[in-house]
Amino acid sequence: MTEFLRWARYHWQRLTGSTNRDDDERPYNYSSLLACGGKSSQTPKVAGRHRVVIPHLRPFKDEYEKFSGTYVNNRIRTTKYTLLNFVPRNLFEQFHRAANLYFLFLAVLNWVPLVEAFQKEITMLPLVVVLTIIAIKDGLEDYRKYKIDKQINNLVTKVYSRKEKKYVDQCWKDVAVGDFIRLSCNEVIPADMVLLFSTDPDKICHIETSGLDGESNLKQRQVVRGYAEQDSEVDPEKFSSKIECESPNNDLNRFRGYLEHSNKERVGLSKENLLLRGCTIRNTEAVVGIVVYAGHETKAMLNNSGPRYKRSKLERRANTDVLWCVLLLFVMCLTGALGHGIWLSKYENIIFFNIPEPDGHIISPVLAGFYMFWTMIILLQVLIPISLYVSIEIVKLGQIYFIQSDVDFYNEKMDSTVQCRALNITEDLGQIQYLFSDKTGTLTENKMVFRRCSVAGFDYCHEENARRLESYQEAVSEDEDSADTPSGSVSTTATARAPSCRTVPNGPLGSKPWSPLGGSGGAPGSGEGASEVPRSRQAAFSSPMETDVVPDTRLLDKFSQITPQLFTPLEEPVPNPPLEILYIVDFFIALAICNTVVVSAPNQPRQKIGLSSLSGMPIKSLEEIKNLFQRLSVRRSSSPSLASGKEPTSGVPNAFVSRLSLFSRMKLASPVEEEASPTSESPQGSSGTSPCPTEVARPNGDPGLTGGQVGPRPGQPSAAPLCYEAESPDEAALVYAARAYRCTLQSRSPEQLVVDFAALGPLTFQLLHILPFDSVRKRMSVVVRHPLSNQVVVYTKGADSVIMELLSVASPDGASREKQQMIIREKTQKHLDDYARRGLRTLCIAKKVMSDTEYEEWLRNHFLAETSIDHREELLLESAVRLENKLTLLGATGIEDRLQEGVPESIEALQRAGIKIWMLTGDKQETAVNIAYACKLLEPDDKLFILNTQSKDACEMLMSTILKELREKNPASNARTSESLQGPFLELTACCQAVICCRATPLQKSEVVKLVRSHLRVMTLAIGDGANDVSMIQVADVGIGISGQEGMQAVMASDFAISQFKHLGKLLLVHGHWCYARLANMILYFFYKNVAYVNLLFWYQFFCGFSGTSMTDYWVLILFNLLFTSAPPVIYGVLEKDVSAETLMQLPELYKRGQKSEAYLPLTFWITLLDAFYQSLVCFFMPYYTYQGSDIDIFTFGNPLNTAALFIIILHLVIESKSLTWIHMLVIVGSILSYLVFALVFGAMCVTCNPPSNPYWIMQEHMLDPVFYLVCVLTTCVALLPRFIYRVLQGSLFPSPVLRAQHLDRLTPEERTEALKKWSRAGTTGQVTAQYTDHPAAKSEKRATPGPSAAFARMPAPPRAVERGSVSVHETALDSDFCEKKISGMPGPSKG
Amino acid sequence: MAMNYNAKDEVDGGPPCAPGATAKNRRPDNTAFKQQRLPAWQPILTAGTVLPTFFIIGLIFIPIGIGIFVTSNNIREIENPSKECEPYRRNEDKPIAPCGAIANSMFNDTLELFLVGNESYPTPIPLKKKGIAWWTDKNVKFRNPPGDQSLEERFKGTTNPVNWVKPVYMLDSEPDNNGFINEDFIVWMRTAALPTFRKLYRLIERKSDLHPTLPAGRYYLNITYNYPVHSFDGRKRMILSTISWMGGKNPFLGIAYIAIGSISFLLGVVLLVINHKYRNSSNTADITI
Repeated sequence: MTEFLRWARYHWQRLTGSTNRDDDERPYNYSSLLACGGKSSQTPKVAGRHRVVIPHLRPFKDEYEKFSGTYVNNRIRTTKYTLLNFVPRNLFEQFHRAANLYFLFLAVLNWVPLVEAFQKEITMLPLVVVLTIIAIKDGLEDYRKYKIDKQINNLVTKVYSRKEKKYVDQCWKDVAVGDFIRLSCNEVIPADMVLLFSTDPDKICHIETSGLDGESNLKQRQVVRGYAEQDSEVDPEKFSSKIECESPNNDLNRFRGYLEHSNKERVGLSKENLLLRGCTIRNTEAVVGIVVYAGHETKAMLNNSGPRYKRSKLERRANTDVLWCVLLLFVMCLTGALGHGIWLSKYENIIFFNIPEPDGHIISPVLAGFYMFWTMIILLQVLIPISLYVSIEIVKLGQIYFIQSDVDFYNEKMDSTVQCRALNITEDLGQIQYLFSDKTGTLTENKMVFRRCSVAGFDYCHEENARRLESYQEAVSEDEDSADTPSGSVSTTATARAPSCRTVPNGPLGSKPWSPLGGSGGAPGSGEGASEVPRSRQAAFSSPMETDVVPDTRLLDKFSQITPQLFTPLEEPVPNPPLEILYIVDFFIALAICNTVVVSAPNQPRQKIGLSSLSGMPIKSLEEIKNLFQRLSVRRSSSPSLASGKEPTSGVPNAFVSRLSLFSRMKLASPVEEEASPTSESPQGSSGTSPCPTEVARPNGDPGLTGGQVGPRPGQPSAAPLCYEAESPDEAALVYAARAYRCTLQSRSPEQLVVDFAALGPLTFQLLHILPFDSVRKRMSVVVRHPLSNQVVVYTKGADSVIMELLSVASPDGASREKQQMIIREKTQKHLDDYARRGLRTLCIAKKVMSDTEYEEWLRNHFLAETSIDHREELLLESAVRLENKLTLLGATGIEDRLQEGVPESIEALQRAGIKIWMLTGDKQETAVNIAYACKLLEPDDKLFILNTQSKDACEMLMSTILKELREKNPASNARTSESLQGPFLELTACCQAVICCRATPLQKSEVVKLVRSHLRVMTLAIGDGANDVSMIQVADVGIGISGQEGMQAVMASDFAISQFKHLGKLLLVHGHWCYARLANMILYFFYKNVAYVNLLFWYQFFCGFSGTSMTDYWVLILFNLLFTSAPPVIYGVLEKDVSAETLMQLPELYKRGQKSEAYLPLTFWITLLDAFYQSLVCFFMPYYTYQGSDIDIFTFGNPLNTAALFIIILHLVIESKSLTWIHMLVIVGSILSYLVFALVFGAMCVTCNPPSNPYWIMQEHMLDPVFYLVCVLTTCVALLPRFIYRVLQGSLFPSPVLRAQHLDRLTPEERTEALKKWSRAGTTGQVTAQYTDHPAAKSEKRATPGPSAAFARMPAPPRAVERGSVSVHETALDSDFCEKKISGMPGPSKG
Repeated sequence: MAMNYNAKDEVDGGPPCAPGATAKNRRPDNTAFKQQRLPAWQPILTAGTVLPTFFIIGLIFIPIGIGIFVTSNNIREIENPSKECEPYRRNEDKPIAPCGAIANSMFNDTLELFLVGNESYPTPIPLKKKGIAWWTDKNVKFRNPPGDQSLEERFKGTTNPVNWVKPVYMLDSEPDNNGFINEDFIVWMRTAALPTFRKLYRLIERKSDLHPTLPAGRYYLNITYNYPVHSFDGRKRMILSTISWMGGKNPFLGIAYIAIGSISFLLGVVLLVINHKYRNSSNTADITI
């Protein structure tokens, strides 16, 4: 039945989803209720797979009607009901719940005269009450949604009106597909539209998608090709193109289609051209777009799946016990039926007992028995604890309320607290056995700090930088906390944050790159840098800790050798040292440009620094260029708004670039900077060796002085502050690192990149292509035309294993270079290993020079790939592979990702709580292991097994050896034979306390979780913060998302969202424990309560010839469960607190109770039932013997039974309660009073009701009868005695840890700490032995498994990108060698 | 399921459209209720804490039990069976008054008690018919059909239950104990709870304090047999009993109280021992209460 229940619920949800859509096809019923009466929307008839969009203007009216007239408009309706259909529809929905169907069945059954047990109306009561409660809840929820919908529908946007020939204000809901919409900066996009015009000179538009996915960094969108060339604003009147695109779907990262001009010329459309509903326009003055998807067909709406429904383990357990109750009911009813039949047959001929039917004939005993069976079902219906389901829902709402109210989960920085997205698995939090955690962003802060780099085989350790970071960690940690304002928070509105993008004006940071000392000037007092930052908003990933990099002195030395002469191919290739210098230049250029960072100015609106205006100007000499730069910079500093103003942009960038590169070959007339930097070398070098980085504040590092120097300096293209908005933090870290070396990314536009390279001046790279990062390739590339050499250069950045395989084997430059490359390669590899050992994230930087013809050829193929609609992804991947090969290694970087605060403590506590923690990461093995040590996942004295084999057989061998070793210590462990590697792998991991899986792709992460969950049958929890964790989060029993810097995708997929890993501790240990204990006990109590009460009726059947008579009035019978005893258990379920939060946090061991489901085992259920039987027996037979043989009448006999039962049931709860607040008292007293008042009032009023016997004046009589009191007191005492004694003996003789912990709460603080110490000392020894009985190796042996382990062995390497969410470039650190190993080493693995 | 989409997110994300929605502080209130720190009584059930309870129960229950037992023993007793109307609603097209199976099965034997004194002829003991039903039943619940006519007139058009010998308006000679308000009838209509039951039949009034209610002597019971029980092996008894607040004689309650009180006392002693023995070891880390 429970399976059916679940099934029914699930299908119902699906049904509602689909019926809702059906609703949309009809005109809205409540449109008249809305302020702006909208036109009715019509059926979205999707013609085939594609949709055609043409302008929604009159000339095309017929055509419009033909195509787009049928698409839904922009009105959204998230409500389920309307005023008219609320009642029928809500009823319809509710009767899809098995519980209500059961009620309905009973009510109907009671209308059958032959089996009628109660008055017809009474059986309806529970049904009506439950339906009403749920209907009210649904109605309120729906009304809230309706109000929000209305608010959104009535938002105003500017839509082109043909009548008025201009853009007029319209409600969002009136926007239709094909409308032209003009939006200004900071406006929210009302529907999905194709970008046709942007005031931006580069014809791009920035959008902020925080409303959609929470990512606060800006994303760039481009005007459709063909319109991008037009300077004037697109005129809707003249728009004659037709857009054909795919049918609405929920993939945020995909949009395919084309725009067909009137001359049949087609232009491809991609997601780059699509503005999504819910996003905000930033940095762009105004944009115009044509709506392609509206309302519910927008990607934003299609992506919202609402709250998640899961069934918790505890509820599954309860459901099986409900089935037992059904069986019990059946047995009891059968007993009744048989009893009645036998009883009747005994007196068959006596008309006195066998009362004939109205028509005179007498029912045979068999038939009467059969009818009696159904009568009994009605009579004993309460045995099935239907009220349990309603109560569980109410209790969970209460529990969620308290979880969300917990002030400890509040994160000041993000102004966010825990979010419970799944409403019904709170108690699962208390039963977690396996925890799967992502590393980056979950355990670590995802604040990438540039630590080291290796260029051309030389390692630069950046010691000063390291020292600076240390000082951060110590001194500024608090300061930084407060300076760090929300970056990923959805809640903060743009009005609040936009004007205060972190500026770097004239201060040490901004001026740093320009000081003659290069980056050395940028060693500001760390705190200084932080405090100068306006606090309200920062660009993502730009805390001072991340942005300030103190350059390495040795590397700066080498920078001094950079001169433009190096790039003149006319001169002979210089020998070794200059080659290294070239490497350095390329390395830093790659750092600066090989990314998707958006450069913006922090003022409002985020201003883009563009240099497009340059390109149109004729340039004659380098001096002129420099002058130009000076002019620009002066102008820009005086009036920054001009920078983005409209200046002629007609020139061809190519010409400029080639010219620039031509000039750059000439000698500079006055290389000011080049002269300056060597001279300042010595002081900088000396200061660089000074031990404390904070002392590096040299005169030129002083803000005022630097500003003074810098201000008048010519040749500085931008004194304007720069903001780098990166999709992932390590991208930003690299750009900031490059900036520290005065290789500053100045601007980025779709066509070009401007890098200000100190020694070489501003370099404008023509951007030919970006091959974005994906998790399959694990690398990204940019293709640019190098301004100095005028060659096509590919810069690639990616995971070391990937890049190393792509390096060129034979260099065209001859053997010497090749040899040098080999040396560099070896050295770099060594450095990479070293970085990884230090827990740094490693990236390799490589480049490739292409000839124009090669490039042309590649471009042709690539173009084909880009324009194909089908298999585009595969083709693009192939195209990328064609480009990214034969690379020349430039160097590598090491980026540190710091641990979040409180992580080691949390992990330690969770491990003490018996949770096995797995870390699944895409990082290298060494990095992962080091992080694991740092966060105390591994202890130094742990035994580490490393499974790192390339073939299946080897892996199997290794595992069997380890297993054998383990089994020797633990002979009890039985061996499982499995053909695949899963068996031994799982067996092995079952013995391990911690497992680390390295180089896992998102899919593999979820596979691991699935494997463990399904094969070990354990409760799993997955926690992660990024899009790559989504699948894992969804697969696990409990998914937790961290609302961090990487957007909201993980949060959207999660059941609970927290802001920091450390909150997981309290969430599980305290709230999880509480919720589990509360709910488990409440469910048991419900079973007890119903069985105990119903059995009273059952026992009575033995004294009334099994006639289905009840000794209680039906009203009291029904209300007893519904009213008098319903509130206390609910209050218990919400407020019960067995152990205080402090103690639970201090003694994580208490969590184990929930893990082992100790509060609710099958045995517990049966003991509870036994107790219920005992209590009901006492409760029946005490009064029975008291009144035996007296003149007691039926209801007078029932009254003490009822009253005693009430007291027994309520006091039973008091015995079970561990804490009783005034709320408990209020509810308990209220329940008892309500019963007494009802009995008195009903007894006084019910003169003629329920003839022939009725409860008239019975309670009143009993109130005056001492026997009544005596019976009630005695019955209550006797009934509760066994449980009470059991609890007392348990408390004294064999107290559970929870009971012992209760004592701690009563102690004074001093005693408490003392006791805690003793406890943990006693606990560890006890715990270790306990663990040794389970898994002898568990405590001491932890193990790391790298990727190619059994769990992964059966997964074929997915050819496509696994990640579908926003691909974050930090994943470049992923290593792909794993995939290859899999293919080569584990062919066709068998699956278990 | 786009319908579950919470549109609120959209408003939150879009600042210009929600001017009122400034960055709201979401910090939960730090109140005792919300933080689940309400002061609570935390009963910890150990031998030590509950010891007094058991002794108190023992001390209270045993005397009560003894009291009840004694009271019950003082009661002196001398030893002697449906739904609504259907199917006993109509008989030969006339409505039955009173209708129903219970009424139909009303006990209608008559019992008379005589004292066989020294004289040869027995003295009838006056048995009081009135006052045997609950006052509320007699005065509120049961009413005769209204009217000024004689009771017979008022019940005209009805017939007596099939098992009855007399019609309802001939149950008694006294008008205030006849018809539906006949106390025998009212008593019978208070449906018995259990298969073995007794019904209050008559009251024997004490004439004066000087004379005993039933003086010692031989008594003679005259039973008019109307109510057959042989068919279902039924037994009828007449019990003469004194009246007390406890109702009839039943030693059960008293014995139960004494027993439970004693058990409770015994448990108290056991717990005292347990508490003494296990006080230290039961509470980990030497936590004493």
